[in-house]
Order: sequence, then structure tokens, then C-alpha cells
Amino acid sequence: MSNHSSTTKRKTFAVRVLRKDSPESESYWERHDVEYEPDMNIISVLQKIASKGESSSGKKIAPVAWDCNCLEEVCGACTMVVNGKTRQACSSLIDRLLEESPSEIVLSPMSKFPVVRDLVVDRKRIFHNLKKVKAWVPVDTYSDMGPGPKQSRQQQEEAYPLSECMSCGCCLEACPQYLKIEVTRKNGETDEAFEQRQKEAYDKGFIGANTISQVVLFNNNPTGQMNAKERTDAIMQEGGIQICGNAQNCVAVCPKEIPLTTSIAKAGRAATIRGLQRIFDK
Amino acid sequence: MSKQRVMVVGGGLAGLAATMKLAELGVNVDLMSLTPVKRSHSVCAQGGINSCNDQTRLLGDTEWKHLDDTVYGGDFLQHQPPAKEMAYWGPKVIDLMDRLGVTFNRTEEGFMDRRRFGGTLYKRTAFAGATTGQQLLYALDEQVRRWEAAGKVTKYEHWDFLAPILDDQGVCKGVVAQDLVSMEIRSFPADAVIVATGGCGLIFGRSTMSMACTGSAASRCYQAGAKYGNAEFIQVHPTAVPGADKLRLMSESARGEGGRVWVPRKPQDPRSPHEIPAEERYYFLEERYPTYGNLVPRDIATREIFDICVNEGLSVEANKPCVYLDLTHISRAELDRKLGGILAIYEKFQGVDPREQPMKIFPAVHYSMGGLWANYEKSEDGGMVAGSPINQQTSLPGLYAIGECDYHYHGANRLGANSLLSCIFTGLFCAPGVANLLESQEKVAAEYPGQLFDGARSDHQSRQDELLKRPAGKENAYQLHQELGEVMTKAATVVRRNDQLSDAIDKVDELHKRSQHCSLSDTGQWTNQNVTFTKSLLDMFPLAKTLLKGAFQRDECRGAHYKPDFAMPGLEGKTSADRIKEAELWCDRFEENTKKWLKSSVATWNEAKSEADIEYEDVDTSLVPPRPRLYGLVGAEEIEQVWSQRAAAKQEAVPGKANLST
Repeated sequence: MSNHSSTTKRKTFAVRVLRKDSPESESYWERHDVEYEPDMNIISVLQKIASKGESSSGKKIAPVAWDCNCLEEVCGACTMVVNGKTRQACSSLIDRLLEESPSEIVLSPMSKFPVVRDLVVDRKRIFHNLKKVKAWVPVDTYSDMGPGPKQSRQQQEEAYPLSECMSCGCCLEACPQYLKIEVTRKNGETDEAFEQRQKEAYDKGFIGANTISQVVLFNNNPTGQMNAKERTDAIMQEGGIQICGNAQNCVAVCPKEIPLTTSIAKAGRAATIRGLQRIFDK
Repeated sequence: MSKQRVMVVGGGLAGLAATMKLAELGVNVDLMSLTPVKRSHSVCAQGGINSCNDQTRLLGDTEWKHLDDTVYGGDFLQHQPPAKEMAYWGPKVIDLMDRLGVTFNRTEEGFMDRRRFGGTLYKRTAFAGATTGQQLLYALDEQVRRWEAAGKVTKYEHWDFLAPILDDQGVCKGVVAQDLVSMEIRSFPADAVIVATGGCGLIFGRSTMSMACTGSAASRCYQAGAKYGNAEFIQVHPTAVPGADKLRLMSESARGEGGRVWVPRKPQDPRSPHEIPAEERYYFLEERYPTYGNLVPRDIATREIFDICVNEGLSVEANKPCVYLDLTHISRAELDRKLGGILAIYEKFQGVDPREQPMKIFPAVHYSMGGLWANYEKSEDGGMVAGSPINQQTSLPGLYAIGECDYHYHGANRLGANSLLSCIFTGLFCAPGVANLLESQEKVAAEYPGQLFDGARSDHQSRQDELLKRPAGKENAYQLHQELGEVMTKAATVVRRNDQLSDAIDKVDELHKRSQHCSLSDTGQWTNQNVTFTKSLLDMFPLAKTLLKGAFQRDECRGAHYKPDFAMPGLEGKTSADRIKEAELWCDRFEENTKKWLKSSVATWNEAKSEADIEYEDVDTSLVPPRPRLYGLVGAEEIEQVWSQRAAAKQEAVPGKANLST
């Protein structure tokens, strides 16, 4: 059993949160003293802060805004930077964090995505990139056509870890090549025009390890491989796999331990072959 | 259909399945969700999805037997035609998901592997590790993204559905919703609306459900006039890990793969579990239910674990009720291959490796069998008519309910691995019916007079403004939610007693009144989660009240609804002859109870009285005649003998009536 005798005597602990009221406003730090209870995680801390409605100086405050849903690390919603490390708030256990850093726990939003408010960021770009590389199996119809192609246990065991990617963004936050793209709406701009400008901006940036790994997943699926070329072409455009600087931070921070660098290596080989093929096809 | 649009609210398995099928049929779809659809609660489903399959067929399994297990496990409270249609679609649904790239586990020969789940003796359950829900959801999410790229689907993620918009005939013509980022309230005309918004676990405070599962969307339809069925039937899952913020599910697949539930025979035995020899361990499910063992239906496993801890004082720990769920006799490699996902959850959140140490678990609120009342058109062969616009339609024309938020399929208790099936099935099956409804319409919703949509929008804007203007320092929504959760968990989960229910009805009424004075700690107009939560809390009360009233009125035991004061205990007679006599009386009482209570509660919200008006609806049991649910009951043999004699006599009394099962 885990035994945290050093922390069980605590009455309160300090939490510092980097807040921001809106995309246009300045960020500011706010300190909270939170009552200690056993088995807490960052989610229960933020719930307590919301319920209390005041900071450590006794000032009335609006609850900290944050994203979450499943609370068991399968939905990918609650990614944030906890004590300097990008991770899921739900599986960040207070006892563990206080061992790492007994004086205080520091929460900030991911830095590679535009902040919407406080710890909430806009991760639309992740889903845009999945569209760009056609991360799906293009079946003819949803009508009953019998089972899919037979697959070996080995194929399944290679595919399964890649299909656990929950688009949480940890690998992107940790990547030196993945840079923040923030497009601000112009006065009077329509939704459509704004979205179009956003998409164009996203297309110039790096697609990131998670997207490359999804390309490998679908290119190895027996049906998905029929249009592997299209996906490989998509990761050879501007912002493609060539941007990867091999820092290998992605694989170190992935909460699902997805072999992202293995995927990047596989996709890299496919891209090289595809490059040669394109020369000969000319 | 070029100008017509369908609004799908909710992007879990059901909503996504409906969206992609509608898009394939050429319908333009708007898909609205509180979270990016890839983060929907369906990702939490772990164990698998059921269907009769080639392996079980060799052992005599059929779709009919899947239907039979489903209705027997559900204590016969579900209409049988929808349940039949679902069971017969099972193999087709799984084949489709296989084609969409779901990484189902494989046998050594490369066939889809299957495991056993509760309430059946066949290995019907296909699975992808222990994250089957996540894998299925992702496959559907990918397909919907494909249609989004093709321009057939428009997503509204981070939007909160506020209400259906009804025309003067009461027909649903759109929705009002709020952007959770900008807080803008907008009307969306729609030629049909499909609600696929899942369960209402948050009414109980903490449950195995995700934070989005407030039930508010269903409640908003209910308050707008849609009927709500079987609210009192809530599944409490036997095996979850208690946490401060959530009760985390430990899938039934742990038992399906051989996991054993036990407690030390000596109360709070201080030895480590490994030091306790087999004869000093009480494998209470295996001893009490020799046929099904650890895989009895969930309601039964839950009651037994509760009983062991609360009544028999055999909880593993003294101050915290829990029992062991033990996998340590299974090889590491096999555990990692088949259950890796849930073992990682236990390890991460508890700091203990469940491959080495038995897990400590306790029941938790898990699933709403009840939900929005929905219709169906029965076919000649006892299933549903494909393509009928009546299927899955709520009592409000043009408004549909699918997935966990409808009341069909699972009766009084859902079998494990049937929910993923019901979600995907209802999504796929209702889509052609909705498309046919659109074909039959003469006028497009978007061309209705603007005042219909403007009026609905401004009503909700006023409500929002009123909330934001409330004076500070009154009731706190988060604290009220906690109190509501405590009352509901105490009175309306595993064991229900009328005195406690009646007390809870008063308490919830008082909390409901207090909630009208909630003041906000955030009065801003940007990503205001405080006002969104407060609204969802306000909408929890109508469902909570309906659930309690339904439970209070239902004086019987059926599936997950267990009232000890109305239980039918086993037989006590010492000789077989005595027990047969008792069994006759037992069967008389069972028949009387069936006559009185084999009925669904159907509630209409009465805003003036702030309570539910409940009527009762007969259940269509035309396919599988109701019979006593006898898992492990003392005297089951004699009761079964008497019951089958009576059933045979009835069969003879109706000459020429074909037995549908053959």
C-alpha cells in the first residue's frame, strides 16, 4: 500500500493558479489554501475552489474555469500543466504532487494552445489535423457487409496502443517544434471567414506526433491501407513530418504511453519511399 | 431534403451512429455536444459489446437466446419488440464496427475473441482490451469527422442544449442552445431533433458517470412536455473504486476473465490477502450462485456485496465498506492483453498493482435504465418496422431519444455489454426513420415564422439574465449538489424503504426550493461554467423527484429496484413435498405481482405542482412470457417445476398458438 505519512498530517496546502479572464486580458496568479483530505486529485481541488468562491486572501472570486469529463484518464479533456509538467488533472494525485513539491502546487494552462479562460484552452487544431490526414477507414457503406478482414493477434496488438490516443495534447505541449497558433477574430468577421482563416493558419503549423501516429494506425489497417498514399502525402506537406526535430519529448509525456517515436520513425520511412516514388512517377 | 436539417444533441455512441447514418442517407446534420464529441462519456465503457456469434452458435446460442437473457436479466420490464430487434442486429453492429477499424482482440487464428459477461452462460462479448467504449467511440468519431470534412455534418461542440422548440401543434422544430465559450444563446431550426445525451448519474453526486452526465438535456425535454419512463430504475454497478471526485468503474470484464470476489471469513482479518488460505476466504457469489458464480446479473451482485459489508459486517476494512476483486491468480501477460486499460486506472488512482494485490471495490451508481419515453412500430415478426418514423420518437412529435437517455431495451436491469449495443443500434436504426419523416414533410423548419425561434431564444436569454442578476451570498449550487447527491444515494440506490423514500421526497423538495435562490459566484459573460452548472443543477430536480416518486410508489422488487419489505424470499420447507406446496403459493403471489406491477412508470412533469404525474403502461411481453427470476433463490428448483407446469397448462389452453422460440 502507498503510505504518505508525511502528508497525512497536513491541514491545508497551497495551490497557485495562473488565471486569465478572457483571451484578450492579461494573465495573473492567484493563490488558494485548500483543506487537505485523503485521496484528492487536481479535479477535487478545483471543485473545492469553485465551491468556496474565495482566494486565500479572502477575496471573492469567480471559480477557476477548467475542462474535464471522465475523471479516469480516458477522455483527454483535463490536460493542463501541473507543477511544470503537462498531464491530466484527474490522474494528478495530491499526495504524489506534495511529495514532488511540498510547498505548493502550481497549475497553468497549456502554452501551445490559445487560452479561452483560466485553464481552458482551444484545441480545435488537433481535430483539424485529423481531418487533414483523413484519419478514418473509408468504408463504402454502413449497411451490413459481413465482418471486416481477418487480422492476426500481432496486428491487433500493434494497432491497439495507437488507437488509445485521446487527443489530449500532452505530446504537443512538450514538443519544441509545435508552436502556438492563435488567430484573433477581426471586427465584423463572420464565423465562416474566421474559421477559414484559422484553418489556413493551422495548415502552416506542425501537425504533431499524435497526428502522425494516427496516420500509421490507419495506414496499417487492412482497409485503411488502400488509401495510405493520400495520408502519407498529407504528412509531407507544409507543417509535415519533416518538421519533427526528434526531441523525443512526446513519447515521454504521453499519458497512454503510446509509442509515438516508433510511429514517427515508421511514418518517416513511408514518407521517404513515397518521395522517391513521386520522383519516378513524374 | 436539401434545405432540411436534423439536429443531433449528444455525441456519444448513439449520437455519432445516428449522425453518420443520416449523413450517409444524404441528410444534413448539426451535431451539438457539451464536450468535443471524442471526449463523450461512452469512452468510459470498458468491458465490451454483446452479440450472438459463430463461436456461441456452435454451443447452441441464437439471437433469440440473447433476447431471452436480456429480458430475463431485465426482469421483463422492457417492451420485447425493440429488445428483439436489438438482439438480432447485434452481429451486424459488431461486423460494422470491425469494418470501421475497431481494434477488437483476436484469437490465435485471427478471429474476433469473445468473453463472458454477466447474466448469460455464453461468451457473447467482443472487446478491445478493456477500453471497448473508447475504441468504438473513436471509430464513430472518425466517420463523423469524415462527413464533416465532406460538408454533410456541422459540429457545435462546447454548446449546451437548453430546450426543444415546439410549434403551436406541439411539434419539435428546433432547439435553443448556448455557446459555452461566448455564452451566446441561439435558436437552431431543425426538421427533427434527436436527443442522445446519456444518463443522469450526477443526480447522485458521485457515480461512475462523467461530469457531463447531469441528465439536464433529458430533463429539459421532460419539462417541455416529453414523457419520462421508468425513472426509478437506476443500475448500481457492483464493482467500482471509491474516490473523492468520482467512483471509478472496474469493469465486469474483470470477472468475465476469471476475477473472483471474496472477503475474509473472519471480519476485518488483519492479514494481507495472500496470507489468507482458501478455506478462510468467503467466495460469497460463487457459494450463493453456483450456476452463474461471479457473473450473476449486476443488481444481484451489487446487493450481495452490499449485504456482506453492511449486514454481515464482513467488509475488508472496518471504516470503509469494500470487498476484494481478485485477479492475482491470472497470468500477467493475459491480464495486460485483455484488461490492461482498467488495471492501469486502478494502479494510477490507487497506487497498488492489481496484478499483485486484490482490488478493493464497492458498488456505485452506474446507468439509467429509465429515460425519455420513446415509441416504436411493431413488425409482424415481433421486431420493429425498419424505417418507421415512429421508432424512438418521444411523446413530442419530431423529437427522438436514443441511447442511454431513452427508456427502452434494458427493463429493470441492464446486462453488462448490452449498453454499447443499444447505443449504436438505436443510432443506426432510427436514422432511416428520421430520414423518412423528413421526406414526408411539406414545410422546412428554417422557413417557419421567425418569431417561433426568436421567442424561444429570448425566453432563455431572460432566464440567463435573471440568474446572473441574482444577489450574491444566497445558496451555493455546488453545496446544494452535494446535498442532493447524499439524499439520493442514501434513499434510492441499492436498498429502498418507503419511510426513507418519503423522507427523501421531502428533503429533495426543500433542496429544490432552496435551489431557486442559488446565487452565482461568477456573473461574467465569458466561459461562465458557474451559470452552466447552476442551470444543470436546477434541471436535476425534476428527474430526482420523478425517480423518488416512482420508487416510492412501486411496492415490489424488480431488477435494480429492491424493496426488502416487498421481497419474495426463497422456500423454507424441509421436504420436497413441503417446498412444492410453498412453491404453489409463491407462484400465485408472483402471478398477482406480475398483474399489478409488470408495468412501466410513465411520468409527465407537472410544473404547477412541481412534481411528476405518474401513469403506468403495460409492457409488451408477447415474445417471451414473463417468468420468475430465480438466480440462486432457495427453492428455485421447485418454483421452476411448478411454474413450468403452469406455463405448459396455459400453452395447452391456447391451441394453435405457435411457440415463437422454435
